[in-house]
Amino acid sequence: MAKDTIPKRTWSMPPLIKNPTIRWIVIIAIIAYAIMAFFTIKNGINPVRIKQGWPRTVRLITNFVQPDFFTRIKDIRIGVLESITMTVVSTFVGVILAIPFSLGAARNIAPRPVYLFSRTFIILSRTFPEIVVALLFVVMVGFGPLAGAITLMLATIGFIAKLMAEDIEDIDESQVEAIKATGASWPQMVVYSIIPQVLPRFIGLTAYRLDINFRQSAILGIVGAGGIGAVLKTSMSRYDFDTTGAILAIIIAIVLVLELISGYIRKRVQ
Amino acid sequence: MAQTDNMLEIINLEKRYKTGDLALSNVTISVPKGEVIALIGPSGAGKSTLIRCVNRLIDPTAGQIILNGEDITKLGGRSLRRARRKMGMIFQEYALVERLSVMENVLSGRLGYVGFWASLMRKYPQSDIDEAFRLLSRVGIDHFADKRADALSGGQRQRVGIARALIQDPDIMLVDEPTASLDPKTARQIMRLIIELAQENNVAAIINIHDVALAKMFVSRIIGLQLGEIVFDGTPDDLDEDMLTTIYGEEDWEATIQKVEDEDEEEI
Repeated sequence: MAKDTIPKRTWSMPPLIKNPTIRWIVIIAIIAYAIMAFFTIKNGINPVRIKQGWPRTVRLITNFVQPDFFTRIKDIRIGVLESITMTVVSTFVGVILAIPFSLGAARNIAPRPVYLFSRTFIILSRTFPEIVVALLFVVMVGFGPLAGAITLMLATIGFIAKLMAEDIEDIDESQVEAIKATGASWPQMVVYSIIPQVLPRFIGLTAYRLDINFRQSAILGIVGAGGIGAVLKTSMSRYDFDTTGAILAIIIAIVLVLELISGYIRKRVQ
Repeated sequence: MAQTDNMLEIINLEKRYKTGDLALSNVTISVPKGEVIALIGPSGAGKSTLIRCVNRLIDPTAGQIILNGEDITKLGGRSLRRARRKMGMIFQEYALVERLSVMENVLSGRLGYVGFWASLMRKYPQSDIDEAFRLLSRVGIDHFADKRADALSGGQRQRVGIARALIQDPDIMLVDEPTASLDPKTARQIMRLIIELAQENNVAAIINIHDVALAKMFVSRIIGLQLGEIVFDGTPDDLDEDMLTTIYGEEDWEATIQKVEDEDEEEI
């Protein structure tokens, strides 16, 4: 009987942008941009050059599927070992140095000046891509893995400190309050109420960063900062694509193994 | 005016927040050694602010807090931490460090007494460990010593919280809504435990509590706070219908005033 008394009302999902004029302008602008962008690309595609490059492409692919691990085995071994060394050293040192920056960049526990200093450092270390920083360090400390290791260490500090500071800002304050109320000192407060809350994420991020650092170490070699990347670049410029294929296969294998390990560690600590 | 035999004297305490809100004004309370006081009042009356001013988790803007002859409002750094050791705090949501074990949580009550390295390596003096086990068995959960705090139920967690406060060897316990997150039965068990332990150890306590009936059941002195001011300070019997209306506003208080029947209970 209530059916007759309740008037029919319709409902549909509210649109993301309320104002219909602005909504349609945004939609049309996105479509227009996509169309224009497509025509720009079309003008840049040059059939002649694609045709010229085709035999090289075929050679590249056929060599890739028959990788040659042995001709340059010595160089590859040195490169891989260098990369692993850079990865382990930069992750280890970077993670340890990131701890004070993590605490300093957390607004809820750091005094204002310390906070601003730590945040500035983190922003600077995250502003420049690793490859640019590596170029600078190659100039400063010369070619080789040292430049790469310093670059990765700085990147690690910025990465870990930023994410950890955010985690520290999200902790349960009542646990901090309770520990303070016992008469604990500042370092005791950190050890008893902050570290237990953020340790799992810290371990997870460290494992994740180890895996990022190895992948980065393969790139940094291209600008002369040591590691497997240098060997990779040499083989490419010599058109030794079979060696290139072998190096890529090795990088993929190591990255996969690292990813499995870091995934396992992260799953265990959560 | 201030008698010397009172363990804690709160004199003309005022707290004004940066936003300009006056949370406490002209609060004066004397607490003799070993006395248990219930602090009642509506949400926002300033109960939590008051007990947090006593151990300086919140800094009062005016007034004095004299604990054993020492003005706490003047302290800072090491001397403040030393004063905090003598004040155990118990929280509404237990505020245990979730990922630490029950034992670590209890021992954290000794942080004010042990050095940094000892606390980092969990090397507490044997006397602290003995006391921790004694307290855990007193509150009935010594078999959980190595469990993680987040594996316990609400009532069990609050027992850990009580043990953590008492291992500080405090002169006073500051208790912030100890039962608000608990079911009625557990709430009574926890209230009873706090009162018994305060008496056993001759420790004073200020207990913030929403539940007026529960307060009347367990304590001999009640203080009513309204909009940051003390509007009542007396025995449970003095707390009549008119007084409750003054503190909380108009409501039917008949059921609250009637004596609450104490029920049987089994431990935990």
